[in-house]
Parts: sequence; C-alpha cells; structure tokens
Amino acid sequence: MSQGNYSYQPKNAFTKWLDSRLPILRLMDESMLQFPTPKNLNFWFTFGGILTFMLVAQILTGVVLAMHYVPHETMAFDSVERIMRDVNYGWLLRYLHSNGASMFFIAVYIHIFRGLYYGSYKAPREVLWLLGIVIYLLMMATGFLGYTLPWGQMSFWGATVITNFFSAIPFVGESVTQWLWGSFAVDNSTLQRFFSLHYLLPFVIAGVVVLHVWALHVPGNNNPLGIDVKGPADTVPFHPYYTIKDLFALVVFVLFFCYFVFFNPNFLGHADNYIPANRLVTPPHIVPEWYYLPLYAILRSVPDKLIGVLLMFGAIVVWAFLPWLDRSAVRSNNFRPLSRQMFFVLVAVIWILGMLGAQSPDGDFEFYFGMILPISKLFLSQICTAYYFLHFLVVTPLVGLIEKPLALPQSIATAVLAKNGSAPAVRAKG
Amino acid sequence: MKLYALIAVLLTSLFSAQASAEGGSSEPKHPEKQSWSWEGPFGTFDRQQLQRGYQVYKEVCAACHSMHLVSFRNLSQPGGPEFSAAQAKAIAMGMQVAALDDKGEDIQRPATLADRFPSPFPNEKAARAANNNAYPPDLSVIVKARAHGIDAEGPDYVYSLLTGYSDPPSDFSLLPGLYYNPYFAGHQIAMPAPLASDGQVTWPEGNPTATKQQMAKDVVAFMTWAADPHMEDRKQLGVKVMIFLSFLSVLLFIAYKRQWKDVEH
Repeated sequence: MSQGNYSYQPKNAFTKWLDSRLPILRLMDESMLQFPTPKNLNFWFTFGGILTFMLVAQILTGVVLAMHYVPHETMAFDSVERIMRDVNYGWLLRYLHSNGASMFFIAVYIHIFRGLYYGSYKAPREVLWLLGIVIYLLMMATGFLGYTLPWGQMSFWGATVITNFFSAIPFVGESVTQWLWGSFAVDNSTLQRFFSLHYLLPFVIAGVVVLHVWALHVPGNNNPLGIDVKGPADTVPFHPYYTIKDLFALVVFVLFFCYFVFFNPNFLGHADNYIPANRLVTPPHIVPEWYYLPLYAILRSVPDKLIGVLLMFGAIVVWAFLPWLDRSAVRSNNFRPLSRQMFFVLVAVIWILGMLGAQSPDGDFEFYFGMILPISKLFLSQICTAYYFLHFLVVTPLVGLIEKPLALPQSIATAVLAKNGSAPAVRAKG
Repeated sequence: MKLYALIAVLLTSLFSAQASAEGGSSEPKHPEKQSWSWEGPFGTFDRQQLQRGYQVYKEVCAACHSMHLVSFRNLSQPGGPEFSAAQAKAIAMGMQVAALDDKGEDIQRPATLADRFPSPFPNEKAARAANNNAYPPDLSVIVKARAHGIDAEGPDYVYSLLTGYSDPPSDFSLLPGLYYNPYFAGHQIAMPAPLASDGQVTWPEGNPTATKQQMAKDVVAFMTWAADPHMEDRKQLGVKVMIFLSFLSVLLFIAYKRQWKDVEH
C-alpha cells in the first residue's frame, strides 16, 4: 500500500489473537475502510462498486435458478417456463438474472469508457487494466453461455454461429469445433457443457476481480484530474465517504435495473427466444445480445470468415496494448483537448457499429427515426471497423505526440479549492 | 467544433427519405396498435375478458393448437381469469387426458385441476398430417414470441393477424392451401381465418356481442395472460419496490451530502 499510513489496532483479545495468525481483519480494514481514496472522484467512479454488486447478484440468482433448471435439449425450454410459472418468485429470479446480464454489461461499458476517458490504464495501472480486459472477456463468454441455456431459437442459432467461429482456425478448426460441441452439431451435449461452464466461469470472474481490486489497491485510484495523489490532503478514507457515495449510486442503478425487471422484462431480449429451439428452422435474422453488437458488426465487415474472426478478437486484444500505445504523459482527457475529441469520435463509431450489428447485413443503413442513409451497410461497417483499429493503432499514439495538453493542477487538494473559489490551483506546465 | 458542424451538415444532406415501410414486397404489414387493459405499470387483466377469451381459445383455437404449459388450476389462480375453484374443476372434468390404468393400458380419463391443458394432437407428425403439413404452434408463450418493437408488441401482432385476413391483391399468386394475410411474413399463412363470423362463440348473458374483433381481442388477452401468468404480481410488486428504492435513494443522497459537507471535493 503506497498511500498513507494505516493504523489498524486490534481492539479485543480475539482480534489480537486472530491478527497475529491470519490478519484478515487488518486486510479488510486497510483495503475497504481506511483505504485513502482521492477526494475528487465523480459518479463515473462508482461503477466498480456497482459491478461488484451485479456479480454477486448474478451468482446468487443463478445458483437458485440452477436448482430448478434442467440442462437437457428436450426439457430446458419448458423448465425455464416452469421456473417462471410454478416456482415461487421464479419469474422474479429469472427476470433479475436475464436483465441482470444486460445491466452488468451496461455497468462494465461505463466502467471501461470511464477508464479510457480518464487515462486509468496508464502507468502505474497497466496490470489493473489488463486484468479488467480478462474480466471483460470472461463476462462475454459467460453471457454467451447463459444466453444458450433457455434453448430458444436465438439460443440455439446464436450458439451455432458463435461456435462456428472456431471452425475458421486453419487445419484444426473442424476438430476444435466438434470438441467444443461434444458432437457433430450443436445439440444436447453442447447444452450440458455450456451449462456446466456457465456455472463455473462466474467464480473464475470473482477470482480475477480479487486480483483486479488488489491491483487497484497498490497504486490507488485514478481520479478525474488524472494526477497522482500528493499527500493526505488529497484523500479521504474510503469508509464512510465512498461507501455512502457508492451506496447511493448503487441504489439509483438498481432503480433503473428494477424498471426493466418489473415493467419491461423482455425488452432487452429477443422475441424469438420464446420459440423453442428448432434445428430445421433458421430465424430470418440471427442477432446476438445487444452487448456483442459492435463486435458482431466487425466480424461481418469482411467476407472472409478467418479474417473476420481475427478482427473481432483483435478488437478486444487491441485494448490490452493501450497503455503502451498512448504516449501522452497526461492521463485525464479533461486536460487533453484533442484526445478528448477523439474519445467521443471513438464512442460514436462504436455506437454505429452496434447499430450495424443489429441490422441485417445487406441494404442501406437504417438510422434513427425511420431514416435510411444511402450508404451500404457493408461499406459503412468497413469504414467503422477500419477507424476503430486506426483509433488505437495510429490516432492514439499520434495524438500523444502532437497534442499540447492543458496545464495540470498542482494537486487534487489545490484543484478542489480552486474549483470552490478558495485558492489558485494551476501551475505552469513545463 | 467547426469540423463537427461540417460533419453534421454532410450527414443531414445524406438523409435521403423516410423509410418506406410497406413496399410491394412480401414484408409483413406493421401490426395495428391496440389499447389493452394490462398496459402500463398499474395495468391489470380484465377477468371477464380473460374468461371470454378462454372460451374462444377452447372452442376455436384448441381444435388445432396446444397450450401445454398452462394447467387447469391456473384458471382459478389470482391474477388470471379467476374462475371459481368449482368452475375450474368443472372445466377440467369436461376434458379427457391420456393416462395409464392399473394394468398399464392407455386410457382416457377426465382431467383434474393439476393437469396441463391437453394437446389436440399426440405429436408434431400427427398435427402436420391433419393440417396440410403445417404445424400449428403451441400458444403458451406465443404472445412473448412475437414482439414487434416498442410501438406494437406481441398482442397487437396476434390481434392484427386474427382480424387481418382479406382477399389477395389481383397480382398476388397464392399457393394452394394457403390463405392471404398481410400481417404474416410472406403474406400467406396455412391457418384459415379462425374467427370467420360474428357470433361464432356464445358468451353467457351480460357479455359484449361476440363480433370478430371482440373475440380476437379477448382471446389475445387470454393468450397474453397465459404467456405471463404472474404479470399482475410482477407489476404490483414492482410499484412497491420502485417506491421503496426511490425513498431509500433520497435518504442515501441526504446521508451522502451530510457526510461530505465538511470535505472540499
């Protein structure tokens, strides 16, 4: 722990005894209660706590759902419906879990883009960032596996499309795909292993989350100014300052979550998944869950399957190189006018990729309000895919070289005082 | 900023025209939005409507369509048609379900409250054989399986389909054994118009006239309940949860402000 001195004092005979054998209370006290946290964190920084809550909520609802679910191709669909009809509050558990997945991804995307905007990936937080990418990949896998379990049409055909990615691997593709299926097509053995893995992966995620939090607590939090903590004047103890702030943000987030669960529970899903899986009927339009749509658009942007799959995985892998691609010494985009603009361009491009992923691949691009842009979707997705990679590989390093950042404040404390009108904050930047 | 203004101008000039929703193609017609009693956070089902709808389902739809996820006991549960327990039992008794006798022979016995709705055909092949090789889908969750965006949903689609049969346009070549319905993908459907004439179902005294539209609305209401039998529970609990969480968030906001009062941040 690099910031500040801790003073955990065991208070009674038992905690003293325990502290000299397993200092777990000391660990909790130091990392969750006294942990010095920059005092200027805004609400974008509350999503780490929200994500922890979502992981726990998904595991709890999932464990109970697994008590009632039957992972068999002839029974899975009806068993999910039985949960919704005959299990006490089964409808609540199931809607919490299915909408919870979407909420989890909303929160993780905000969390990732917050990190991108405020430069949280830069030294000394590279390992923290890399662990975050591992968690995101695991979440993608878990979400996909979970979506197959109701064994509706989208479950089945989504599983067929996704597992077929692996058939693009040269020479061994077919063997690998059959190994994943446990069969020569997506069928019962696939469903059973997907269920097993869907139950396993969240606990792997929980393990990597522990590492992620550990890697956070060594350098400490980044903050909206992106400057290092200079001393005790810059921080407050995590508890009670951030426990109450995070709790408030969490309850607001849960309100948003509950709107979907109670009043619009199927809005984020696809209607076709209420049609039982049928290997003889291909849905006219196979779409993945919304959180994969930008990646799906990247996949479809090239006609060659292998290149498409490589681009799709590359689109995530490229995030891992970001700490070294960004050459700027300044973290926060609040002080990087050009980088800030490019950040919003990237967000817009990813948004358009998401829209493209939701639409059938041929024809003209359907914009909002029923407007159709006279531009081929294939061409647009190629431009956006190209820009996506250019942003990371060319724009980011280049901006770091040519941009002249704004002057940084001396410290968090002085910046805060200046914002509140009590003292000057800015020092000239050399 | 000027760059953005330029891009915005370029983009706007690119927007050519409104999307033409209905071309001459066989794109299905957009369902007509209806108003339903269960819409909104406080929406509930109309018991009389569900009871009428059940009768339409039983006398018309159930001839070909199964609804195998619904049990007779559901008919008397709160939040549904709420037949009395005696009525539900009588309805069940009036149906035959497959069973085995003590010698292991296949028999038919009267249904009980615990039984699911019996299916009209023993299996898919039998259903296809009897229906010109088309398979009448199970209706248990059909309303949830037919969503059409935010402005018109499953119930609107099923209603539009049931009432949307018409003569094909002169330039439309209908395949033999199929019927013209513009709301169905491809515009031709294997199901003949199920609600062919007014008064097809006789409701007890005190109910509205059984027009085709009324029968369609009522059976859609029944199917909507069948697809989501806990909808009323869900919305009622939801209102309580939202009120509680809103109140809690206000308290937490006050606590947060008080905690941070003396910290410049």
